[in-house]
Amino acid sequence: MSRYNFAFLDEHTKRMIRRALLKAVAIPGYQVPFGSREMPLSYGWGTGAVQVTASIIGPDDVLKVIDQGADDTTNAVSIRQFFRRTTGVRTTTRAHDATIIQTRHRVPETRLAEGQIVVFQVPIPEPLRWLEPRETETRTMHALEEYGVMHVRLYEDITRHGHVETSYDYPVRVNGRYLMRPSPIPKFDNPKLDRNPALLLFGAGREKRMYAVPPYTSVRSLDFEDYPFTIERWEHACALCGARDAFLDEIVVDDKGGRMFVCSDTDHCERRRSAP
Amino acid sequence: MYVAVKGGEQAIEAAHAQLAEDRRGDAAVPELTLMQIEQQLGLAVDRVMTEGSLYDRELAALAIKQARGDLVEAIFLLRAYRTTLARFGASLPVDTTRMTIRRRVSATFKDVPGGQILGPTFDYTHRLLDFSLADPEREREPTAAVDCPKPTSGSALPGHAERAARQSEGGVGAISGPPRVIDVLDREGLIEPERSDDDSGVVGDVTREPLAFPAARDVRLQNLARADEGFVLALGYATQRGYGRNHPFAAEIRIGEVELELAPEELGFSITLGELTVTECQMVNQFTGSAAAPPQFTRGYGLTFGHTERKAMAMALVDRALRARELGEAARTPPQDEEFVLYHSDNVEASGFVQHLKLPHHVDFQSELVLLRTLRAEAGIAPATTSP
Repeated sequence: MSRYNFAFLDEHTKRMIRRALLKAVAIPGYQVPFGSREMPLSYGWGTGAVQVTASIIGPDDVLKVIDQGADDTTNAVSIRQFFRRTTGVRTTTRAHDATIIQTRHRVPETRLAEGQIVVFQVPIPEPLRWLEPRETETRTMHALEEYGVMHVRLYEDITRHGHVETSYDYPVRVNGRYLMRPSPIPKFDNPKLDRNPALLLFGAGREKRMYAVPPYTSVRSLDFEDYPFTIERWEHACALCGARDAFLDEIVVDDKGGRMFVCSDTDHCERRRSAP
Repeated sequence: MYVAVKGGEQAIEAAHAQLAEDRRGDAAVPELTLMQIEQQLGLAVDRVMTEGSLYDRELAALAIKQARGDLVEAIFLLRAYRTTLARFGASLPVDTTRMTIRRRVSATFKDVPGGQILGPTFDYTHRLLDFSLADPEREREPTAAVDCPKPTSGSALPGHAERAARQSEGGVGAISGPPRVIDVLDREGLIEPERSDDDSGVVGDVTREPLAFPAARDVRLQNLARADEGFVLALGYATQRGYGRNHPFAAEIRIGEVELELAPEELGFSITLGELTVTECQMVNQFTGSAAAPPQFTRGYGLTFGHTERKAMAMALVDRALRARELGEAARTPPQDEEFVLYHSDNVEASGFVQHLKLPHHVDFQSELVLLRTLRAEAGIAPATTSP
């Protein structure tokens, strides 16, 4: 890889991205357009988050990469290898030991600490996109804080089905101002975003947007007084570690309807099992 | 059991090994050389350079070989290489009136100054499989067209000029640099003058700046030049079928070599960096006029690398459709909708996002399952028993 710079991107690009990140941190939840580069991995595979990670990573960082909560899913393996090849930094599966955690679709179960950074892979950054396909329109709606349509949608869900019909990528309000997509994490993970001590960065490569939630910032999932926000619960415990408060993957174990429930967060599960 | 997706490193390594093996195919068959691809699959190279936004025949050939002939994948490879290259400046605008012509046709006039030059085109071939090509051992007879007229001026480029099968003797001595057909209309004031939509003199760069709307024409044209040929072709075709109809005529299509010049600030004069083969299409479109402007023809423009005529023509149609706002036309159809067109034209973006559905989504799916079961339980539907 000697023909490529540390972490693949050239330093000018990294500076451009860091400037955009500073703006994102200064305006929590606001989508900052940036000159997203073409990366050697496919759009939809995490090009935005990879650019963010590449721009903030240094030789002393310790990187953890997860997909669906697990360190051993193929895309997590592939991205971890990419950074190992292009930076030579130490990688880990332990959330506790990582300085940077790049993730797709989950927030680790482990409580994060100050100084840690979580980088989220974002497919569609615009929370209003399914309600209004035009970027020119949605930017205006954000500027005017015109979020009524989203409340109407949630209201219509409740009148029709008795529930909000969104189980992941559930919209949140950041710092009482911007409506934000938390990326397609299950709504189970939404409460972890609120006043999290870690810095949360979101990168959308194909859509060329990034946004951030600074440490200890309020992140509220949209709801109504009489229909408060709730998260998923399982009747089962993890078949491996016995956890009752973790997000569980459902594994089909045979073709007769057999099921097994295990923690989606492999690090969390392993630590519970090895604990004395 | 518990390995379906959580496969990990060995699975990826094995997949890459298998990919390399499949790429090579039967080892008894000689391996393709880059030179063979460059020379004999030249139009594939042209497309990959155009949509890859990098004029380098050898790298494009390498990408095609590595991608096993999947051109969208090859374009992706070339883009991911291009993205690492430093920008050291913007070239001067290419002057296509000084093009060394290989092919040049106009549909708007029977003959034009400089003549109609068919060049190497599929247009009038009969699409019958030529089985003689299937037998590489046999040296084929040269076809009947060997006596194409020698260019009268073209001592500089005998190789290209010899291939120019000239249809007309219109402009003697004008192989290099015939005037643009569209300029004939321009002189009569029948067509709108070509004017820039901003005075900054700075050209946008879609690879460095995210799209913003309304998008200026330089950005739109850049986006279209890199756009997927199939997408642009379908949109251009749609304009002909009534979705943003704009009555096009192909005023001129020219293909040939142009010089690329750069004027470094510290030098104070321009230097030639090299030569590019490009395809240019000038489309003339009807315009009935508005309250502010008298009836006049309007323009659509296409410019692509290499010999990529289908793309350049489609691009010109879509460029014109996207000028709806500027010309005060109602933009009611997809080809006129710049957000729709510009956001969905890039095949590297589109291919990636469509195919990312292959990645595991079981966490989100699990959330949906939980929700669906809750809704069904509340509707009074008992869960089916899971054991037989």
